[in-house]
Amino acid sequence: MSDLCDVSLSRRNLLIAGALSATSTAVPLTAQAQAQAQPGTPPPSLAKFSLQVNGKQYALEVDTRTTLLDALREHLHLNGTKKGCDHGQCGACTVIVNGRRINSCLTLAVMHDGDKVTTIEGLGTPDKLHPMQAAFVKHDGYQCGYCTPGQICSAVAVLDELRQGIPSHVTEDLNARPLLNAAELRERMSGNICRCGAYSNIVDAMTEVAG
Amino acid sequence: MRAFTYQRAQSPAEAAAAAARTPGARFIAGGTNLLDLMKLEIETPQHLIDVNGLALDKIEATPGGGLRIGALVRNTDLAADARVRKDYAVLSRALLAGASAQLRNKATTAGNLLQRTRCPYFYDTNQPCNKRQPGSGCSAIGGYSRNHAILGASEACIATHPSDMAVAMALLDATVETVKPDGAARTIPIADFHRLPGSTPHIEHALAPGELITGVTLPRPTGGAHIYRKVRDRASYAFALVSVAAIVLPDGSGRVALGGVAHKPWRTPAADASMAQGPHAVAERLLAGARPSAESAFKVPLVQRTLMSVLAEAKKG
Repeated sequence: MSDLCDVSLSRRNLLIAGALSATSTAVPLTAQAQAQAQPGTPPPSLAKFSLQVNGKQYALEVDTRTTLLDALREHLHLNGTKKGCDHGQCGACTVIVNGRRINSCLTLAVMHDGDKVTTIEGLGTPDKLHPMQAAFVKHDGYQCGYCTPGQICSAVAVLDELRQGIPSHVTEDLNARPLLNAAELRERMSGNICRCGAYSNIVDAMTEVAG
Repeated sequence: MRAFTYQRAQSPAEAAAAAARTPGARFIAGGTNLLDLMKLEIETPQHLIDVNGLALDKIEATPGGGLRIGALVRNTDLAADARVRKDYAVLSRALLAGASAQLRNKATTAGNLLQRTRCPYFYDTNQPCNKRQPGSGCSAIGGYSRNHAILGASEACIATHPSDMAVAMALLDATVETVKPDGAARTIPIADFHRLPGSTPHIEHALAPGELITGVTLPRPTGGAHIYRKVRDRASYAFALVSVAAIVLPDGSGRVALGGVAHKPWRTPAADASMAQGPHAVAERLLAGARPSAESAFKVPLVQRTLMSVLAEAKKG
């Protein structure tokens, strides 16, 4: 600021400088308060563990902060799984761990030592599509495709959850097997957002695979 | 995200002792709320104690005819358990009304109870928030407060507890079981578990530092009609504007709890005692002392009407 005071300031620059100084006092206060509340953040810490991804065993040594999503994409270079919101709200990062779909962005890789992970790359290949992948193509269950790997992992898991008789919010009779209908599929897919709006075609694709 | 060290816990007592001994330690189970907040550096633990390996994932009958739910039972498994679906349907319904299937597959019973009571200003680190930075002020008061508390709030905080499960647990008179760092066990009635904000909104529950939830016990089933009605801005995967959990017995007596209106699940003995007098009497007692903002004033009639609908549905059978 002292440098600025030496030059003749226009009114506009004075206002900008004022705004900057207001910002620069507000930010350190916040940062300072956080640092005081949590003194001594430790240096980055590495963790060793193994993952079985799509049937292949991997030994990893990564920063403890690495999410399962970042481990898959940045360390194992399995880029099929997508990062959308990174906060569990959009479902683009959905993978299947030990038979269950989860948001890979909201779990730490180190918490999955020995777990079996299935990503979109493990469901099918360009030469041999998984039936759900083929149905998405046939029914036009996507436009831009960014959410599609998560949608397909979720859709495969939904049909498995229905087979297991797991109820949903729209299941009318909690003590009966849930029905396979559009209302059930829509409710169960609500954790996967598609901003192109391919929802109705996704339901068609899932309905065909469910038979 | 700030850096942290990581360990896997070997036993509940050892986990509690380690948490009390290690500065800045937190337990992690499902992680769906904690990691979300760690990414924003709202939560900045220096050490994480992973409790997923502890054998706390069973649902067992108790000698008293109730059910003991392990702390690590995932929301999906609790909602799908045949005994819960049959005898504690309001709990299944509440769980299934919450979050997404992906989150329910990870989220645990204890973690659901311990998720942060929160509001958009808690998430916005550029704004004052007494919950995030005690003493900094409340941005929601006088700010955007449409989905905030109308009951039990304070001058320091008007956030709501977002859990659906906890509302059903409050209705069912659940008991939270814990182990303390010295290895001693204790039980906490669910009504005493979550705190109102008062002047310390950053303290949200009754657990001592290091104390670990090991399970939640439900008393024997009550029978009656079990209903959980959640009113929200979209049909799925959204927090409640208001929710009503009710158990109504054939003679019209019963109990009722509200979600989305306070810093904790909202239940009052006076409202339960007036169940046979109909929804107007129940609403009047539940909403006694309500202090909504101009933006959240709609929640008062919304509670009244949702109660009317729920009690009518219970009557229909």
